[in-house]
Amino acid sequence: MDLFEYQGKQLFALGGIPVTHSQLAKSPEAAVEAAAAIGYPLAVKAQVLTGGRGRAGGVKLVRDDRELLGAARAIIGMTIKGRRVDAVLLEKAVPIAHEYYLALTLDRSAKRPLLMFSTKGGMDIEQVARQDPDALRKLHIDPLLGLQEYQIRELALWAGFAADEQRAFAAVLRAAWRLYLDKDATLLEINPLVRVAGAPPPAAEGGRRRRASDWPEGVPVLFVALDAKLTIDNNALFRHPEFKRLQGVDDIRERRAREAGFAYVSLDGDIGVLGNGAGLVMSLLDLIAAEGGKAANFLDVGGGAREAQIAAALDIILSDDRVEVLLVTIFGGITRCDEVARGLLIALEHSGTRLPVVARLTGTNAEEGQKILAQAQVPNLHVADSIVAAVRQAVDIAAAQSPRTVGR
Amino acid sequence: MAILVDEASKVLVQGATGREGAFHTARMVSAGTNVVAGVSPGKGGQHVGEVPVFDTVAQAVAATGADVSVIFVPAPFAKDAIYESAAAGVRLIVCITEGIPVRDMTEAVAQLERVGVQLIGPNCPGVTSPGKANVGIMPDTIFTPGRIGLVSRSGTLTYQIVYELTQAGLGQSTCVGMGGDPVHGLGFVECLALFEADPETDAVVLIGEIGGDDEERAAEFYKRQMSKPVIAYLAGFTAPPGKQMGHAGAIIAGSAGTATAKAEALEAAGIPVARQPAQTPDLVRAALAAR
Repeated sequence: MDLFEYQGKQLFALGGIPVTHSQLAKSPEAAVEAAAAIGYPLAVKAQVLTGGRGRAGGVKLVRDDRELLGAARAIIGMTIKGRRVDAVLLEKAVPIAHEYYLALTLDRSAKRPLLMFSTKGGMDIEQVARQDPDALRKLHIDPLLGLQEYQIRELALWAGFAADEQRAFAAVLRAAWRLYLDKDATLLEINPLVRVAGAPPPAAEGGRRRRASDWPEGVPVLFVALDAKLTIDNNALFRHPEFKRLQGVDDIRERRAREAGFAYVSLDGDIGVLGNGAGLVMSLLDLIAAEGGKAANFLDVGGGAREAQIAAALDIILSDDRVEVLLVTIFGGITRCDEVARGLLIALEHSGTRLPVVARLTGTNAEEGQKILAQAQVPNLHVADSIVAAVRQAVDIAAAQSPRTVGR
Repeated sequence: MAILVDEASKVLVQGATGREGAFHTARMVSAGTNVVAGVSPGKGGQHVGEVPVFDTVAQAVAATGADVSVIFVPAPFAKDAIYESAAAGVRLIVCITEGIPVRDMTEAVAQLERVGVQLIGPNCPGVTSPGKANVGIMPDTIFTPGRIGLVSRSGTLTYQIVYELTQAGLGQSTCVGMGGDPVHGLGFVECLALFEADPETDAVVLIGEIGGDDEERAAEFYKRQMSKPVIAYLAGFTAPPGKQMGHAGAIIAGSAGTATAKAEALEAAGIPVARQPAQTPDLVRAALAAR
């Protein structure tokens, strides 16, 4: 799951990565109120879980209440890459001497964490990697040893930091690595991490006080994180109850599916898809597209799905009124096709839907399953004998139904 | 022969007395797998069917000589289970468990590299050498012994393609389900190398999906170091970027990891890519005939 910038910064502040005083506001009026405590100039930043907000006009520097009001009115409620902005973060502006880029992420190929640091912060890091690869350093971290002091020293030397900068930089890196581990992050990105100009800001400016243990004694705060991007490993949420309440899913059906324990992704077509196994369902979506149709969703009920899960899955798909036809494809391994067939019939009857259904069952107890469906004599239920036949039939039905002539 | 597991493999099941563990222990036994032990802390002395249960992996290995472990324990305890098997000296660990945190797997994989133990999975269906050993949760009825190797990131999609191969009369030497997680044990490259060296395998089917660069690296390996034909099928051509498609590893990040890019890399290396599962047997036959 991705965290908003303001959530990331709360974790930064607690974990010892310096941030400047900031506050969340959900309305222009609340923003003006909050600004009184922060002071001008300040940055107004759209809180949205997507990149490119700067280019979309989602970040503005303001010097007084009038400018703030205008910026907050423009940003709150705007849509960036399809996502609505519900809140802005007001952040105290700091004098910037230089912008850097710092990230910790998983390198899947190397199967270990990767630290990336660049002297060219504040820009698209992929562009830096392409155009100026010498300005980007990457180093792997041994998962059993952790980030080592020599690695930090080498980076600081490469960046050309003076002695007090080196100590401040090391404190930031240690804190970032600790946070990355402790919070089961798969991405921790600070772009930009800035070196502040002139006199260093007080260590605990504004309300966010760092405990003494989080920032080493006597080390000046020369670096400040001006952005925070954190992605938390979904598989690790069981040991992070603190994130449970943060889980924000835009799509109501995606949320219901998560609660029911299966994977659902909303797509933009009209063929409702229910299958078992991520690979099989992805393959099914490809086949639908190849036959000229469009899937309304990806839905993997998982292994060993029984009647209750089938019913819950069906319920979610049928609540999407774009769906013109339902395509059910099961390859029984652990899952027994006769159970799926019975579950499907009960769920269909219970839902009262008159939507056409194409079903195809293979694998464990497939023959019984197919027979149960065939004998049920449910109007509009078609039993296909191969994946390709099932997909063709579903695509044909969807095409015939659209624009819809029959109600349900 | 075959790769990774065969009739000589002595298999122990971690989490054997749990719901999934007990069910699949029985299925593995009925498929002819030499399951010699189960392990469940606190359940030593019990039996799952005919299989004796031990409290620890070390006890099970000492008593039975088990050399392969298959793990069914829940995700929060899976890393510990992997460490326990590695410490007890098994040579191959097959981790079926899904939902293991990335941090746990990076640590486990690093440790297994250090001690030289092979890992398949996690979040995988297991490994089957038809007629010899079925270690994991794959339905045994779809297989038939033969000379085609198969390695896949998927579960049920693997079953579908094995089913197509069997229907077409193309038996299998070994089928490896490497799992759908971002950090996993054996990958395409390692499995292709094993198949290349296996005298009982004539050709290999590779089943990939979106996310990561396993397929691209497989293409590179094939071009440089493989003489046997490889056929690929990929899922996820129509998957939208940024959305995780069920598997934790199946997500298109930025411009990388798309099925189209993977298909291009594979085809550029000389590996034909089937456009639908049912085409796979035809492509295998064509590749075998062209040798």
